[in-house]
Amino acid sequence: MKQFQYVRAASQQDALAAIAKPGTKIIAGGTNLVDLMKRGVTAPDKLVDITHLPLKGIAATKTGLHIGTLALNSVVSENSLVLAKQPLLAMALKAGASPQLRNMATVGGNMMQRTRCSYFYDTTMPCNKREPGTGCGAMEGYNRMHAIFGASGQCIAVHPSDMCVGLAALDAVVIVTGKKGERRIPMTEFHRLPGDHPENDNHLAPGELIIGVEIPDNNFAKNSYYLKVRDRQSYAFALVSVAAALDISGGLIKQARLAMGGVAHKPWRLFEAEKSLIGKPATEDSFKNAAQIAMQGAKAYEYNAFKLRLAPASITEALKHAAGAV
Amino acid sequence: MESKTMKTPSVPEGMSRVDGRMKVTGRAKYSAEYAVKGLTYAVMVGSTIAKGTLKAVDTKKAEGAPGILAVLTYFNAPKVPGYQGDTPPPKGPLRLFYDDQIYFNGQPIAIVVADTFERALFAASLVSATYVKGDHQTDLKANLANGITTRKDYLRGQDDAYKTAAVKIEQEYTLPTEVHNPTELHATIARWDADDKLSVWTKSQGVMASQRNIAQAFKLEPTNVRVTSPFVGGAFGAALRTWPHEIAAVLAAQVVKKPVKLVLGRADMFTAVGYRPQCWQKISLGASADGKLTSIVHEAAGQTSAYENFTEGVVNISQLMYACPNVITRYKIIPLNVNTPTPMRGPGEATGAYALESAMDELSYALNIDPIELRLRNYADTDPDSGKPYSSKYLNEAYKLGADWIGWDKRSQKPGSVTENGWLAGYGMGAGMFGAYRSNATVKAIMMADGSLELQTAVTDIGPGTGTAMATIASEVMGIPGDKIRITIGDSSLPPSPTQGGSSVTSTVGSAVNDACKELIEKFKQLDSTATGNLDYVKLLRDHNLTQLDVTTTSKGGPDMAKYAMYSWSVHFIKVLVNPATGVVKIDKAVSVADCGRVVSHKTARSQIIGGTIMGIGMALMEEAVIDHRYGRLVNNNFADYHVPIQADIPQSEALFVNKTDPYINPIGAKGMGEIATIGVAAAVANAVYNATGKRVRELPITPDKVV
Ligand SMILES: Cc1cc2nc3c(=O)[nH]c(=O)nc-3n(C[C@H](O)[C@H](O)[C@H](O)COP(=O)(O)OP(=O)(O)OC[C@H]3O[C@@H](n4cnc5c(N)ncnc54)[C@H](O)[C@@H]3O)c2cc1C
Ligand code: SF4
Repeated sequence: MKQFQYVRAASQQDALAAIAKPGTKIIAGGTNLVDLMKRGVTAPDKLVDITHLPLKGIAATKTGLHIGTLALNSVVSENSLVLAKQPLLAMALKAGASPQLRNMATVGGNMMQRTRCSYFYDTTMPCNKREPGTGCGAMEGYNRMHAIFGASGQCIAVHPSDMCVGLAALDAVVIVTGKKGERRIPMTEFHRLPGDHPENDNHLAPGELIIGVEIPDNNFAKNSYYLKVRDRQSYAFALVSVAAALDISGGLIKQARLAMGGVAHKPWRLFEAEKSLIGKPATEDSFKNAAQIAMQGAKAYEYNAFKLRLAPASITEALKHAAGAV
Repeated sequence: MESKTMKTPSVPEGMSRVDGRMKVTGRAKYSAEYAVKGLTYAVMVGSTIAKGTLKAVDTKKAEGAPGILAVLTYFNAPKVPGYQGDTPPPKGPLRLFYDDQIYFNGQPIAIVVADTFERALFAASLVSATYVKGDHQTDLKANLANGITTRKDYLRGQDDAYKTAAVKIEQEYTLPTEVHNPTELHATIARWDADDKLSVWTKSQGVMASQRNIAQAFKLEPTNVRVTSPFVGGAFGAALRTWPHEIAAVLAAQVVKKPVKLVLGRADMFTAVGYRPQCWQKISLGASADGKLTSIVHEAAGQTSAYENFTEGVVNISQLMYACPNVITRYKIIPLNVNTPTPMRGPGEATGAYALESAMDELSYALNIDPIELRLRNYADTDPDSGKPYSSKYLNEAYKLGADWIGWDKRSQKPGSVTENGWLAGYGMGAGMFGAYRSNATVKAIMMADGSLELQTAVTDIGPGTGTAMATIASEVMGIPGDKIRITIGDSSLPPSPTQGGSSVTSTVGSAVNDACKELIEKFKQLDSTATGNLDYVKLLRDHNLTQLDVTTTSKGGPDMAKYAMYSWSVHFIKVLVNPATGVVKIDKAVSVADCGRVVSHKTARSQIIGGTIMGIGMALMEEAVIDHRYGRLVNNNFADYHVPIQADIPQSEALFVNKTDPYINPIGAKGMGEIATIGVAAAVANAVYNATGKRVRELPITPDKVV
């Protein structure tokens, strides 16, 4: 790891001024950034610690729930407002990482965490995301964890977050601030597809800071579920995960939200599948139909073809859980 | 969680670990933790190609970095004296900086020594190398035709019995490379005390062997090399030999003329200290319609490095486990551009048992005979290979204990037919065996004036509770409480003991403790020939004006070792739940039953067995080191991507013991149990998955993608 400077931001303005300079990076919980620095994947000249800024709050607003960027993943997952209003988010958070990591990890850090693609982490290997133009090591390599949706010829990595999958399903909005003031970016549009620029994970502009996330109130609390399929019972990234939220009335589905993790460069919202559920009975048949629709356009690589089977099965399973049928 | 303990009543609970408090309070010092004065820090740099010739190593930037004391490479390092002069055998251990050849990806090509660890690590990142790349091979399956036979093929009975068998099973099974990954990273501190005198603190399973190896490498008198390793944070075989990084630390200390500490990083743990080699196996079983085995053919091909032949007893279990008249085994090794494997808990046998016990399960379904019944029909009452009687074997009792605990009667012979809360439920079993050994050890027993006893021997305790077993035996023989006994171990200057491995330490060292204590009692009796019953050691010492009384006793394996076939036995029962939608396998219950002679200390024995079961579950469900063959380089050499079981994967599990004394192996009647704890577990899990789902996964690990 190369030598770097460390400063603690005293205020939001302070932080913004610091990150305006190239080579400067924000550090929050450090659970991802420090690993990347140790592996030489990123080598900032200066770290700005924002953990002392007053951005930890979780509060109900008139229209929803506001969560500050520095609220810890563990705290959010156990917060009574979150549990009452948005249990899906709590479930998604609890499915992520380990208790030790969740005790350090922050909301903004979780959104900004980088892919776990092995080739991205190993600086001796080619990787367009780490070093544009070097090629994609995973494309013809060990791509068991990689994308089946929205990949490009440049990069087939997935975004590893569980929290973001929950937030994407719940129509959350990311609040960011920068020199030009505040912006609100829907969670579903926060991350981007790799295209020709896999080095860019998301649409946060240089010099911008995430300050929090807002989830609009909804009627999903009763019927939501986060299913994470992984190689061990805890502390493993998703092979496939599904956030499912239903608003069911008289046995019929009034509204549905579905998003997947472990399948794309961003939390993969399944808009068409959602639409197919509206007005349908909350039965396995409806769920299976939605799962089939969700899989349109999926494309697998040598080691991740199983996702083509696992993903629809998981969507159906998650919907059954959400509907209370399991 | 509900916990049902069915301890065999006659097993004594035993004392808590003598070093337990030290370990949980951080007072137990591991190799990296010695605050040796003037310490400097070394970090190794690994090659980034898997085969080729090293052309140059650019160390300029590293040498210019702050705090750097030395950067050693093949091009500038002094030759390790023990390497010089000897005609290099065609194959042998990796010799650090000996030539310019690269045999595997991650091979050490430089060591950086600095005044702090961080500076060494940083400078190491500045070292780069140029190579002439060779054409590497790392893919076992693609190289199955390139095997070397180093162990003779085995034939018992007819070589064509399989052809005429009434019922046949023929299947291939593969096991990926598994890495020991103990919690404690390998670490070495080397300090030259004089030109010909060396002190080494290192993670080692055998300080005497380390002493020999290091002395040989640096052409020193063994007695001038002191190797210390009193606490070992798990090893499982990974510290059975002296590795290049240990030589590197000693060499670096010689160059910088200061003590050097070298701690491996987690990624290094995958390439610097060995692993369980991946292995391809094929088993053909022939049986009569009533379930009597008529033929076993077991073939295996395991990987080794390009520079050293590593072999293990993968196919032995097929020669020994069942009373089958006709057995053929063939074993070969495939040299690849990887580092050399090393024994990992239940070495070879665990690999072989996975295949044999899976095939036996497949046969049980083909015959429609209960898997336990099938094993009983082929039960060996004498050693099928030598014809010798067993020193002891109660495996049939173990079957019964385990079957009762798991609720085997709830198992359906029809796969995929039982569900519990929407999950498919299944039961499986698998058995294991491992040779029971006893070698020589010397123990010094010292009775102090205050009535406390000190036991000294060089043996290391890698976690099974060797020290605790020693104290337990001494406490029984001497009739003094365990807390009056002090154990001093893990130092080559102590009386000689064997390396911790092969499940032979309690048998060997425990026997030596037993013999030493008995001799010490005799010595006390000589002080006062009228003394009877419980001796009052304190009074006897006081009466004779003695500050202490000691004996040093060497204890050896007895003549019975040749007359009997000596093995420890185990059987594992597993209940799994499988999610029919996602293919996720959850262990619902696990029990391992050991027939390991007399159980010396129940508490440590239980944790030893449960630890072994967990290792077997990891082998079955998740452990796999993956190489990208294009680069010949590992892609999951870290704890996020290389999965070992965590708490949530391990449910209610139990260890049961037959606990019957082996009358012949040694005076204490105890056989080994460390290896059998793991041998057979993976098959039990795979068999349970089949019973639950009707899906037979013959390629470990059984991850959800293979089941869904
Ligand atoms: C072994 C392991 C297993 C894991 N398993 C999972 C898992 O199963 N599921 C899962 O979802 N996650 C998992 N994680 C990832 C974990 O959730 C992230 O590391 C964590 O959320 C990052 O948060 P942090 O606060 O520590 O971020 P940091 O490491 O501090 O920062 C990460 C990035 O975010 C940027 N950043 C932080 N805050 C802001 C802000 N306010 N504005 C702009 N940029 C910001 C930083 O500059 C940096 O680039 C795992 C991590 C590890 C190490
Ligand atoms: S998938 Fe993306 S992150 Fe992985 S190697 Fe390819 S370019 Fe890099």
